[in-house]
Amino acid sequence: MSMPVHSRVILRATIVLLATGFLVQGCDNGAAPSVVGGPVAMRRLSETQYRRVLGDVFGPEIQIAGRFEPDGRRDGLVAVASAFVTVTPSGFEQYEGMAREVARQVVTEPNRSRLISCAPPDPKVADAACSEAVLRQLGPRILRRPLEESEIGPRIIAAGEAADLVEDFYAGIELIVTSLLVAPDFLFRIESVAKGAGADGKSSLSDATLASRLSFLLWNTGPDDDLLAALAEGRLSDPESYAREVDRMLASPRFEEGIRAFFEDLFHFGEFADLGKDPIRYPMYSAKVAADAREQTLRVVIDHLVARQGDYRELFTTRRTFMTRTLGPVYALPVRAESGWEAMELAPGDPRAGILTHASFNMLNAHPGRSSPTLRGMFMREGLLCQSVPPAPADVDFGLFNADDDPRYKTARDRLEVHASGASCRNCHVLTDPIGLGLENFDGIGRYRPSEGGAAIDASGDLDGERFGDAVELGRALRENPLVGECLVETAYRYAVGRVPGLEERPLVRHLVRRFEQEGYRIAALMREIALSEGFQTASRPAELAKALALDVSPATGKSEEGGS
Amino acid sequence: MSRRITRRRLLERTLRGSLAGAGLAVGLPYLEIFLNENGDAVAATGAPLPRRFGTWFYGCGMNPHRWNPAEEGAGFELTPELMPIGRVRQHISVLSGFGVILAGETNHVHRTGVLGTLTGGAPATTTENDGPTLDILISDAIGSSTRFRSLEMAAHGVAKDSYSRRNENAIQPAEPTPVDLYMRVFGPGFTDPNAGVFEPDPRAILRKSVLSLVAEDRARVEKQLGQADRARLDEYFTALRQLEHQLELQLSAPPPLEACQAPQRPEAEPVSQDIENVVRNHESMARVLALALACDQTRVFNVVFSAGASGLHTAGSSDTHHTLTHEEAKDPKLGYQPQATQFVLRSMEAWAKFVEILASVQEGDGTLLDHAVVLCHSETSDANSHSVTGLPIMLAGTGGGRVRNGIHVRGAGETTARVGLTLQQVMGLNVAKWGFKANETSRPISQILV
Repeated sequence: MSMPVHSRVILRATIVLLATGFLVQGCDNGAAPSVVGGPVAMRRLSETQYRRVLGDVFGPEIQIAGRFEPDGRRDGLVAVASAFVTVTPSGFEQYEGMAREVARQVVTEPNRSRLISCAPPDPKVADAACSEAVLRQLGPRILRRPLEESEIGPRIIAAGEAADLVEDFYAGIELIVTSLLVAPDFLFRIESVAKGAGADGKSSLSDATLASRLSFLLWNTGPDDDLLAALAEGRLSDPESYAREVDRMLASPRFEEGIRAFFEDLFHFGEFADLGKDPIRYPMYSAKVAADAREQTLRVVIDHLVARQGDYRELFTTRRTFMTRTLGPVYALPVRAESGWEAMELAPGDPRAGILTHASFNMLNAHPGRSSPTLRGMFMREGLLCQSVPPAPADVDFGLFNADDDPRYKTARDRLEVHASGASCRNCHVLTDPIGLGLENFDGIGRYRPSEGGAAIDASGDLDGERFGDAVELGRALRENPLVGECLVETAYRYAVGRVPGLEERPLVRHLVRRFEQEGYRIAALMREIALSEGFQTASRPAELAKALALDVSPATGKSEEGGS
Repeated sequence: MSRRITRRRLLERTLRGSLAGAGLAVGLPYLEIFLNENGDAVAATGAPLPRRFGTWFYGCGMNPHRWNPAEEGAGFELTPELMPIGRVRQHISVLSGFGVILAGETNHVHRTGVLGTLTGGAPATTTENDGPTLDILISDAIGSSTRFRSLEMAAHGVAKDSYSRRNENAIQPAEPTPVDLYMRVFGPGFTDPNAGVFEPDPRAILRKSVLSLVAEDRARVEKQLGQADRARLDEYFTALRQLEHQLELQLSAPPPLEACQAPQRPEAEPVSQDIENVVRNHESMARVLALALACDQTRVFNVVFSAGASGLHTAGSSDTHHTLTHEEAKDPKLGYQPQATQFVLRSMEAWAKFVEILASVQEGDGTLLDHAVVLCHSETSDANSHSVTGLPIMLAGTGGGRVRNGIHVRGAGETTARVGLTLQQVMGLNVAKWGFKANETSRPISQILV
C-alpha cells in the first residue's frame, strides 16, 4: 500500500495527538507543529550498536574481539559526531578482522546447526541454493533492511568460487557473512528519503530508514523480526501501524537498552575507557571500581526512569541506589550481597542524594590526582542545562594561581577564588565553579570528605539564584530548575535525529518540552512524542541530490522506497 | 558454469596474475648479496633503499629561554633543556623561532600549535582543520607500496590522541600499547622477507574476494549520498583499498631486506600516563617501529609521546604536566616552574632515545635513521601562556642525505609551514608552496638542505 507522503505525515502527526489523549486547544499548548526534519545522515555504528546488532543476529555465543575506532563528540553527543566520523585504514583492518572472526564462529559447530538453516548434500561442494537461503535469512537482519537483488547474485557466485577453491561449502558462507559485516551498509546507518516526495522540500524518510531510526532510538540496536516484517509489508507507511510499532517497542524490555545508551552518551560515560587515577593518591581506585561506579548510575537511571516510570528531575534527588561489594568502600557503606547488585535507600541525613553525588560523575569530572569543581560545573552547565561555557582565553595569566601544595590555600575553593579573581577568568568560572564547588565534598574518585588539607569544605553556593548549602541541596536546586527538563528534551531530540535541530524545528522542540512537562517528565512519553513527530519522520534531501532524484519520480509504480537504512 | 571456469575467474579477479596457484612454495635467492656496490640500493632489484618520514610529538612545550640555543649553525652550545639530546646531537637539527602565525585567528589552546604545524595554518574552529596533516600528504605520495600507509602509536596509551588526520572526521587512531603495535605489524599477516621460502595463504585470496564484492557495490551505495557523506564514503573505500593492497602483498613473495628481523613480542606492561610507564612503553614501541621500518612494512609513522595538554604525571602527585604548567609557581631563583620542567626534560630524553633506536639499526651503508627524517614538535613553546610562537622543533635523520643534521637554525618568528614545505620537498613531493592564509609560504628552510 502507499499513500501520498503528505497525508502520511499529517496522519502521523494526528496520531500523536490522539494517542496521547491531548486535546487541541490553540497553538500555545496544543498540536505538534508541522515541521520538516533536517537532511538525512550517514551515521557510523557505535561499538555498542555493533555488538548489539550482532548479538541479536547470532546470539550471545558469538565472541566479538577487536578495537573500535574512537568515537567523536559534537554538540555534546557522540550520536551527533557519528554522522561525521568515517573509517580509517587501521579501523577498517579491525572491522575486517572482527568480521572474519565472527564468520568463522558462525560456521563452526554448534553454531552452524543453530544459525544456518540448510545444509548442502556434500559439505565439500558449493551449493548455490543453500548459500542464497542463508544470505536471504541473515542479510536483512545485518543490514537492517530487505536486500536488493544486486546484493545477492555476486555474493552467491563468490561463495561458490570460495567453496570450490578450498573444497568447503562453509568457506562460502564465511565469505558471505564477512562481506555483510564489512559492508558500508552495515557499518553505517545510511539514511534515505522515500521516493517521489520532496517537491516542496518535505519528504518522509524511507520506511527502512524510519525503522532503523526508531529501533536505534528506542533499543540501540537494529530492527527485530517483527519490525522488519512491518517494513517489508509496507506497514510503516500507515500511521496507525507505525504508532503501534512505537508502542510495542516502548513496552519491550529492550527499551532499557535504548535509554541506557542515551544516558551513557549524555553523561560522557564513554570516557571511562580512558580514565586513570593516581594509585598513590587513590589506592582504592581500580578499573573494577570505575566500571561499577558507571554501572551504578546507569542502574539508578533505568530503575527510576523505566522500571518506575519516574520523573526525570528526581534523578537529582533520589536516595534509592544500588551497590556492590567493590563500591562499598568508596561509599563507606556495608554491602551484604557477596556478589552482584544490592538495592539500597540512603538515610535521610546522608550527605549523598541524587546521581550527581555518585562516584561516577565525581571521578569522571576530575583530574587524575584531585577533584575539579570547574570540570564538574562544566558538565552541569553544558550537559544538564544546555548552556555553553566559553573556552579559556589562550593568553590567560595564571600567575595568580598556585599549585595545590601551596600551604596558603587549603581547599579548592581557596585556590579557585584566587584564580578566578582576574576579570578574564571570572567571566567563565563564575558559570562553572560555584555549582562545581557544591560537589567538593567528593574527592577525585567520589569518596565523601568533610575537609581538605585540614580545612572544612564549604560546599554552599547558588545555582542561578537558588541557594544551596551542600550537594544534596544542589540536587534539589537542579530538580527545580526549569532548564533541566528543557535541556533533556533538546538533547534527546538531537540524539534521535543525529544533528542539532534547525531553526525551523525549534517550534517542535518547544512543543516537545511542553508535552514532557505535561506528561510528568517521563522518559517513555518523551521518546514516544519524538518518534511520532514530523521532525523525526521527515527529512530534507542533501541539496545536490534533491534535483537529481526529483527527475526519478515514478508515481505510477506505487513503489515508494529507496534502499538504505 | 563448470568448476574449472569459476575457479579461474576467482583467481583472475583476486590475484591479477601475481601468483600461479594457491599453496605454491617459492624458493628465493636468499644468499645473494642484498645491496649494490654503493650500498644505497637493493642489489636484486636495483630499487633505492626506502626513505621514511615520521613525526614525534610531545605535549606542553618548553621554557624558551632555557631551550633555544644561542648560536646558530654547527657547534652550538646545548642549552639546559637540550642537554638530554647531547649523545645524539650529531643526528639532530634544532629549529627555533618558527611558529604558527595567528593573524587574527583564535589560538585554540593546545590545538592550534599542533595542527598549525601539521596542516600549514591556524585552524579556524575547534572542530575542523583546513587540510590533511603533513604525514598524510607524504604517505599519499610514498606510502602506497608498503603494507601500511602509515603507523600511528601513542606511548601514553590513549588511542584517540592522534594528530594524523585527513580531516577532522578521519583521525587515524593510534596503537595504544607496544603489544598492539607489534600484533598489527608482526602478527598474522606478516611475511618475513628473509624467510627464504614463501607460501601464500589461500585464505588471503578469499579475503580479497570479500573486499572486491564490497568495492564492486560502491555505485549503489554512493548514489543516495550527499557530497559530505560521499567524501566520508571515499575515506571508507580508501581504507578498504589499503587492506586489499596488504592482501596483494601477502600473496606475492617479498624481496629480501637485509635489515629486517621480526622483533620479539613485547611483554604486556602497565599502560597509564604515569611518566615511568610512558617512558618504558615508548621505548618498547620505538623498537618495534624500527624493525617495522627495516622490514619496509611502512614508510610513514606518527609517534605521540604525550598528548597536547599533556596528562603525564608522577605517581603520587595530584598534578599533571599540563596543570603544572598553569598552576605551579615559578621558582623565583630558578626563573621557571621546576616540576613542570621535569616533564620537558623527560620528554627530551625520550626523544633522544627514539633517535638512538632508529640510529642503532644498520641498513645499507648507514643506519635506518640515515634513510629517514623525523619531525619532533610540540603544541606550545611556553605552555603557561599557550604560546604558539617559537615552537620547539627538531629534525632527526638526513632523509637519505638530503637534510643537514647537527645544526641550529633560528627563524625570525616565521611560520612553521616553512618546516612542512621543506619536509615535503625532502620527501620528494613536487610542492612549491604550502600552508594557508597568513602561514602560506614558498620558502623552504634552505640552511638545513644539503
